[in-house]
Amino acid sequence: MDTLTRRRFLLTSGVVGAGALAAGAGAYSLRDLLDTSGDRDPQARTLVLVTLYGGNDGLNTVIPYGDPAYRAARPELAYPDGEVLRLDDDFGLNPALAGLHQRWSGGGLAIVRGVGYPKPDRSHFRSMDIWHTAQPDRPGNTGWLGRWLDSAGGDPRLAVSFEPALPPLLAGATSAGAAVPVSDRKAAKGLSAETLKAFEAAEPGESASRARAAACFADLRSVDEMIRQVRDAADPDTPDPDGEQAPATATGGARTPLDAQLDLVAQCVEAGVSTRAFSVSLGGFDTHADEKQLQAVLLGQVDRALTGFADRMSRTEAGRKVVVAVYSEFGRRVRANASDGTDHGTASDVLLLGAGVRGGWHGAAPSLTDLDDGDLKFTTDFRDVYATLLERVLDTDPGPVLADWRGRLDKLF
Amino acid sequence: MSDREAVAHLLRRATFGPTADEVDAAERAGPAATVDRLLAPGRADRGAAATPVPALAADPYARLTGESTREQRQQANAERREQLQQVTGWWLDRMVAAEDGLTEKLLFFWHGHWATSAQKVKSARTMLAQLETLRRHGRGPLGPLVAAMVRDPALIVWLDGQKNTRKAPNENLARELMELFTLGIGNYTEADVKAGARALTGWVVDRRTGVARFEAKRHDPGEKTILGQSGRFDAEAYAALLAAQPAAATFVAGRLWFRYAGTEVPAPDGLAGADTVATLRTLFSSPAFAQSRGTLVKQPVEWLVGALRQLGVRPSALPEQQRKQLLAGLNALDQVPLRPPSVGGWPAGAAWLTTSSLQARLRTAGMLAAATAPAVLARLTAAPTAGRPDALARLLVVDGWSARTRAALTPLAGEPRKLLAAGLVSPEYTVS
Repeated sequence: MDTLTRRRFLLTSGVVGAGALAAGAGAYSLRDLLDTSGDRDPQARTLVLVTLYGGNDGLNTVIPYGDPAYRAARPELAYPDGEVLRLDDDFGLNPALAGLHQRWSGGGLAIVRGVGYPKPDRSHFRSMDIWHTAQPDRPGNTGWLGRWLDSAGGDPRLAVSFEPALPPLLAGATSAGAAVPVSDRKAAKGLSAETLKAFEAAEPGESASRARAAACFADLRSVDEMIRQVRDAADPDTPDPDGEQAPATATGGARTPLDAQLDLVAQCVEAGVSTRAFSVSLGGFDTHADEKQLQAVLLGQVDRALTGFADRMSRTEAGRKVVVAVYSEFGRRVRANASDGTDHGTASDVLLLGAGVRGGWHGAAPSLTDLDDGDLKFTTDFRDVYATLLERVLDTDPGPVLADWRGRLDKLF
Repeated sequence: MSDREAVAHLLRRATFGPTADEVDAAERAGPAATVDRLLAPGRADRGAAATPVPALAADPYARLTGESTREQRQQANAERREQLQQVTGWWLDRMVAAEDGLTEKLLFFWHGHWATSAQKVKSARTMLAQLETLRRHGRGPLGPLVAAMVRDPALIVWLDGQKNTRKAPNENLARELMELFTLGIGNYTEADVKAGARALTGWVVDRRTGVARFEAKRHDPGEKTILGQSGRFDAEAYAALLAAQPAAATFVAGRLWFRYAGTEVPAPDGLAGADTVATLRTLFSSPAFAQSRGTLVKQPVEWLVGALRQLGVRPSALPEQQRKQLLAGLNALDQVPLRPPSVGGWPAGAAWLTTSSLQARLRTAGMLAAATAPAVLARLTAAPTAGRPDALARLLVVDGWSARTRAALTPLAGEPRKLLAAGLVSPEYTVS
């Protein structure tokens, strides 16, 4: 059922290309994140971007239960009125999102509806490339946060992902964010530290791939060091992130579930590291068949991870400067298919919570009947969301990053 | 590039990793004759004969009924997993044992191209049948291959083909067929996807027997327009239409280049031949292929199988625990045969060069060094200590060590197993 998991996408995307490689894929050459504690402006905000890979079904996340067209289009897949967690007379949340529902009631959850881009592409790979690059016409080989990193000086510690591979969105033209795996960091036995260190050296004239292979040895050392320090610095009452990890299995399941990734983000934020943008993710949303239960399980994971993280963040000064944004590469078709699933669709919701985010509705809800070839017509361009986050969270002029994109979500902050 | 370097480069790419003796023989024959022999081996493969395709018992699911208990289902699931492990273990062993390395590597290429995972298919027999189909058609022209694959039970299950009906088309298979298997993105429209899904309707898979059959009442016999052509397309006609597109030949040739030559050197024009063997001949003979030496990151399976061959280790001859460790190593490296991560197949290039993959390589290299056959180790220790890094280069078919790597290896010359492990994780061995 899960034909596309999050990290698998990361590994197959074409986006991380020449740029990141040329930069020596600074990706992993993260030195010591914690050494940056205190470097940051205490007023600076932090962005945590949550990617749901596979195409989350937006219409069964933020449910237009008041619209008869919703039930008509997907009779088996629709949630009955009584089960929906009511937001207003027309919309409600998926029953698995109880924690977020509570936040909505307290004004702490913003929902941007109908987010998409012109001429939608229904390929996972292409559409995710578009979301990562913010270049819908022709996705290039730099990600939008990677370009922000280029403009912010290129220090990989500013943009961090706790994933095994570098997500394309963190690959810049001249720099790249740091990908720090949460698992699998048992010290290597057998070869001595001296041998491993000897392999670190770059060799003049060798291919980019061989240089990268050598750089891995240096990265391994610095990553090991950083993780150890972040964990040593963690509050002793905090559960060990390893304890919450699903074991790696041959089934290709994600090794670093959202909880574990957000735990590490929380530790870094509390330690006051210089990182301004974190990328975390969850996969498995490609629900072509038997969608309802599967999506509920996944959304339940998202709900618990996000509300736990938000609660924890609300307890510290640094945590109260964190903004979380959740998105997926596309929504799904309005009409269910015969397999009790939905095929790849278009526009969907972006959820935001945290520092200064104005809760409630943003953007217009797309019509369920005025469709583009069976799909929702987008009402808010995803670059409006990115531009607003760059401006209001990362204190950056979005112009150079987003090809002079002018749109903004005026009331989001 | 010397003749020896040329044939070593060719064998490293065309097969899973040549032994020093194989390079010696190829050097004597010369590069041109080596290409000929690779593409038309001309004699029975004794290694393949010694590792026959396993005869599997009936699918454990076939004996389940509506009345079966939970325990019976769990038992059947456990047996299915065992069968899959058996097939994975067999395949790994075959890759190591085969003399006709080109055929085995090409099969692995096609497996990654039509990337189908046992995670969803679950049946070892169905997965094995797909491998046999890819083996049968993999060397030939695209038409018969695509025609066979649109009716392949594993692929149909994997991409929800059996849920694709006249009343409610499911687009999964039609989309990936065009995007990933034949044309590539940009060479078809959303309307083509929808019409293609209709053409594929009617094929269902009996999950008990693993056989695909056509159910006329589920098929949409109406007129469809696909890629500008109109007609009452069914699966076969749709497959023929796709395979005949010039874009398909170009796309598939590009994917072969991607896997056999990498991305640092662009593919030359005119790569696509009438069939796969012809394309590979052009590919191996092109100057650009020679230029790609030293730039291609080995996929974990390539890295592991090549090492097993060079170190004289046959997985099936290992104690069970070490066999399991080998598969665990592949799992940690994120490439387990029969379990590609997504329909997009496995990643390539720098994606394999992460800190977590380096850790996994270090662990597996240590295990491989420990399992190395004494006779192979003796070849290393026969050299005087100062000459051992060079003996290692010969053993692992590396053209030479950089100053950096030589500095890392030299202190280990007195500890041959450590020397081996260090060679296996070196940039020169990891990137071929």
